[in-house]
Amino acid sequence: MAPSRSSGGIAAWGSYLPYWRLQRAAIGGVLGSGGGRGTRAVASFDEDTTTLGVEAARRALAVGPGAGAVQDLWLSTPDPAYLDKTSATTVHAALGLGRSAAAYDFAGSSRSAVGTLLGALGGAAAAGDSGRTTLTVVSDLRTGLAGSAEERDSGDAAAALVCAPEGAVAVLAGRGAASDEFLDRWRVPGEADSHVWEERFGEELYLPLAREAFAAALKDAGVAEGDVDHAVVTGLHARAVKAAAAGLGVRDGVLAPDLVGSVGNLGAAHAAVALCDVLERARPGQVVVVLSLADGADAFVLRTTEALAGAHQARAEAGIPSVADQVAAGRDDLSYASFLTWRGQLRREPPRRPDPERPGAPVVHRSESWKYGFVGSRCQVCGFRHMPPTRACLSCRAIDQMQPERLADVAGTVATFTIDHLAFSLSPPVVGVIVDFDGGGRYRCEITDVKASELAIGDRVTMTFRRVWTAQGVHNYFWKARPAIRPGDGSDGADGADGA
Amino acid sequence: MASRGIRDQVAVIGMGCTRFGELWDKGVDDLLTEAATDAVASAGVPLADIDAFWLGTMTSGICGVTLSRPLKIDYKPVTRVENYCATGSEALRNACYAVASGAYDVAMAIGVEKLKDTGYSGLTGVRPVGDGTDPGLSSPAAFSFLAPSYAHKYGVDRAQLKEVMSRIAFKNHANGARNPRAQFRKEVSMETIAKAPLVAGDLGVFDCSGVSDGAAAAIICRAEDAPRYCANPLYVKALAFVAGPAAGPIDPGYDYTTFEEVVRSAEDAYAQAGITDPRAQLAMAEVHDCFTPTELVLMEDLGFAARGTAWKEVLAGTFDRDGELPVNPDGGLKSFGHPIGASGLRMLFECWLQLRGEAPPERQIATVGPGRTLGLTHNLGGAPGEGVSFVGVVGTELG
Repeated sequence: MAPSRSSGGIAAWGSYLPYWRLQRAAIGGVLGSGGGRGTRAVASFDEDTTTLGVEAARRALAVGPGAGAVQDLWLSTPDPAYLDKTSATTVHAALGLGRSAAAYDFAGSSRSAVGTLLGALGGAAAAGDSGRTTLTVVSDLRTGLAGSAEERDSGDAAAALVCAPEGAVAVLAGRGAASDEFLDRWRVPGEADSHVWEERFGEELYLPLAREAFAAALKDAGVAEGDVDHAVVTGLHARAVKAAAAGLGVRDGVLAPDLVGSVGNLGAAHAAVALCDVLERARPGQVVVVLSLADGADAFVLRTTEALAGAHQARAEAGIPSVADQVAAGRDDLSYASFLTWRGQLRREPPRRPDPERPGAPVVHRSESWKYGFVGSRCQVCGFRHMPPTRACLSCRAIDQMQPERLADVAGTVATFTIDHLAFSLSPPVVGVIVDFDGGGRYRCEITDVKASELAIGDRVTMTFRRVWTAQGVHNYFWKARPAIRPGDGSDGADGADGA
Repeated sequence: MASRGIRDQVAVIGMGCTRFGELWDKGVDDLLTEAATDAVASAGVPLADIDAFWLGTMTSGICGVTLSRPLKIDYKPVTRVENYCATGSEALRNACYAVASGAYDVAMAIGVEKLKDTGYSGLTGVRPVGDGTDPGLSSPAAFSFLAPSYAHKYGVDRAQLKEVMSRIAFKNHANGARNPRAQFRKEVSMETIAKAPLVAGDLGVFDCSGVSDGAAAAIICRAEDAPRYCANPLYVKALAFVAGPAAGPIDPGYDYTTFEEVVRSAEDAYAQAGITDPRAQLAMAEVHDCFTPTELVLMEDLGFAARGTAWKEVLAGTFDRDGELPVNPDGGLKSFGHPIGASGLRMLFECWLQLRGEAPPERQIATVGPGRTLGLTHNLGGAPGEGVSFVGVVGTELG
C-alpha cells in the first residue's frame, strides 16, 4: 500500500434516519397487490431534505472539529426544498455556524452527492495551509407513485461528513470515475416520481462503468482487491448494484450490509449513510472502498487512521446514535394512509380553520438565531433563562443584561402536555408540550415523532429541527420536541398506526 | 402610586343586550343598532344626548366609525377599544373613567362581535406578521393544560375532575336554558356532556364555550345625576384590569392551576369596592367560563373557594343558581357563546337584571337582598399564564 497523501480527510460523521418505517406489506394490504417484505424509512410529515440534513449534521458536529471549525457547508440533494433560494443557508443557520462560513447547494442529480463528498475530501487534503474544513451534507427524500417500486424500495435519510485538514479518521487514498450519457432514471423538475428505462439496459451499461471506476480507484490508491476491508456499493439501479458488488473480487464479509431491506434505498444519501455505518464498525488502519453507480460510476478508497478509535469513544460518550442504532429504533407501524398523506398523495379534509399565514421575511430575519438556531437568552444578573430570548428579564426585571445561549442540544422534561384536535396540522392531532429544559428555562412547543397515547409527564425530550408547515410557497422551519432516543428502542408494530 | 378606583362616582342607568347566537340574518350594524337603541330606551336618554362612546370589538370593525356610521352619530367622540376577550369590559371601564373625570356627562359603552361570518370553527384572530415560531395551539388546547395540572396538584382523580368539569357545563346550560337571550337554550345531561367528542386534552365539546354573534351596551352617567334618569341605577364599585408579563409559558415555576392576572385584578377590585369576603358579600358573579376548567380555577382565584376546594364546592352546588353564590346565572359563555367585544357587557347586563330584581321570576336568584347588593363581572383574555384580566363590581346602593 502507498502511504496516505495527507493527514486531511473525514474527521467526523453523522447520519440521520427518520423515526418512521412503512412496512412494505402495508402497501399491498391497501392496494391489493405489490408491497413485499421489510420496511422503508419514512420522513415524517414535518421533515424535508433540509431538516433531514440538519439532523445528520448536528450529529457530525457533536464531536470532532465541531461547528466552529466549519469553513464551507455543502448540501447535496436531488430534492431541494427551494429552487433559486439556497437551502444550505437554512442548514447553516440551524447549526449556528459562523457568519463567515460559506453555504452552497449541489442539487439535482443523485450523482452530485458523491461528487460533493469527493470535492470536500479534496479540499481537506489540499497541500500546505490551503486545506479547507468542509461540512458535507447529503440528503434525500424519495417517494414515487402509489404502488410503484420506487415507493416500495426507497427510503429517506441524510448523512453528514466533516472533511478537515487535521484529525482525520479516514483519509482519501485514491479515486476513480467513469462517465457515460444514457437514460436510466430521470424526472423533470416538479415531478415527484422518477421514470426508469428498461432495467436490463441500464444494468448492461453500469457493469463495465463500475468495473472501470473501481479498478481505477484501487490503482490510484495502490491497493489490490484483497486489501479491501470494507466495500460499499450503492446506486438506485438495484440489479446493477447487486451484480457490480458480486463482481468486485473482494474477500468474503467485506461487503457492507445491505440497508435496503430495513430502511430502503436511500438514493443520493445511500453511499454516505453506508459509509457512516462502515466508519462505525471499522478499525484503524483499514481500507474502505465506496463504489456508487449513478450516470456512470464513482469509486474512492479511504484508509482509516489511528484517530478512529478516539472518535468511537467520543461518539459513545456523547450518545450519538449509529446507523445500526437507528435502523433498530425505527417505528414500523405507520399506516399506508398516513404515508400517502404525508407525501401529499392523499388529500385529506382539513380542519375548519384558517390556513396558516406565511411568516414575514423581515420578522424571520430578526429572529434568525431563535427560529433557526434555537438560541435563547440567560440573564447575567440573576441567571434566569428565557425562551424565546427577551431583553427584559422575567425574574429580576433587568433590561438588556442577556447572554445568548444555544439550547438546541439541551434536553428537557415534559412538564405537561395536551392533545389538540382543533389546531392545523398535516398530521393531526397536534400534541403540545410544556418542556422544562435541563439547566433552566421552559418552552411550550409541539412534539413530534410520538404517539400521544404513549406520552407521559416526566418523559425526556430533545429538540429537532422541522418544517412546521408551508404557506404560500414559504417553508416555515422551527424546532419541535421529540422523545429522547433511548438505545434499543424499537417497535413490535402490534398496535394500529395513528401517526396521521 | 396606587390604584384608587372610582367607587360610587358613576352609575349605569340603562342597558341593552341582543339575543346571542348564530345570527345569520344580522350584521354588525344591526347588532350595534339594536343594543344601542335598547340601551338608550332603557335609560330614557335620546341618542343625541350621549356625549361620548366607547366601542369594544376585536375583529368586527376598526375605528369609531364602526359605530358612528350605522347610528349616524353626529360628530361625537367614538373610541374603539380592544383588549382580547376582556374587550367589552374595557369599553365599560373607559367610558366610566371618562364620566368620572368630568369630561362628559353621559357616555355609552357598547360591545359587539360578529364571529359567525368567517366560516371557521372556534375563534380566529387577526395577528401581526410573525416569524412562524408560535406553537399554534388552539385556545381549548391552551386551557386544557389546567385540568390535569389541577387534578395532579390537589390529588383529584382525573375521572372525578371530568365530572367536576361536566358539572360546571351542566349548571351553566341549565341556567342558559331559562334565558331567552342565550345561544343555547337547552339543558344538557351530565352524561351527554361527559361523553362528547374531545376537542383538546380532557376537554370535550361541551367543556368549551360556543361561537356566536351578539352585542350589548350600557349608558353611564355621574352617580349624583343617576336619579334623574333611573330610579334604581347600578353604581360602579370597582373596575380593575391587569395585563401580566406572560410568564406562564416560560416560567418553570408556573403550574397551570391559577391565573395570577385574575388574582391580582380581584385583589384590586375588592380593595376598590371594600369587599373583604367576596363569597358572602357578593350576591352573584358572572365569570369568564370560556372552558369548564377555567371556571373551576376562577372560583379559587376570585376568592370564592379556598385553594384546592373549588372542585368540591362545584359538586356540592355552591355556585348553582340556587346555591350559596350563584355563578353565571344567565348561563355564562357556555350558553351565550363568546362574541368577544360583547361578553363583558353581557355579564354586566345580567347584574343589571338580577340585582335590580328585573330578571324573570323563573330565573331570578334568591341571594339578592339586604346586605347582599353586589354583583361581580370577570373577563379573562389570552391563555393561562399569559393574558389580561378584568374584575368589576357593581351594586344597587351607594356607600
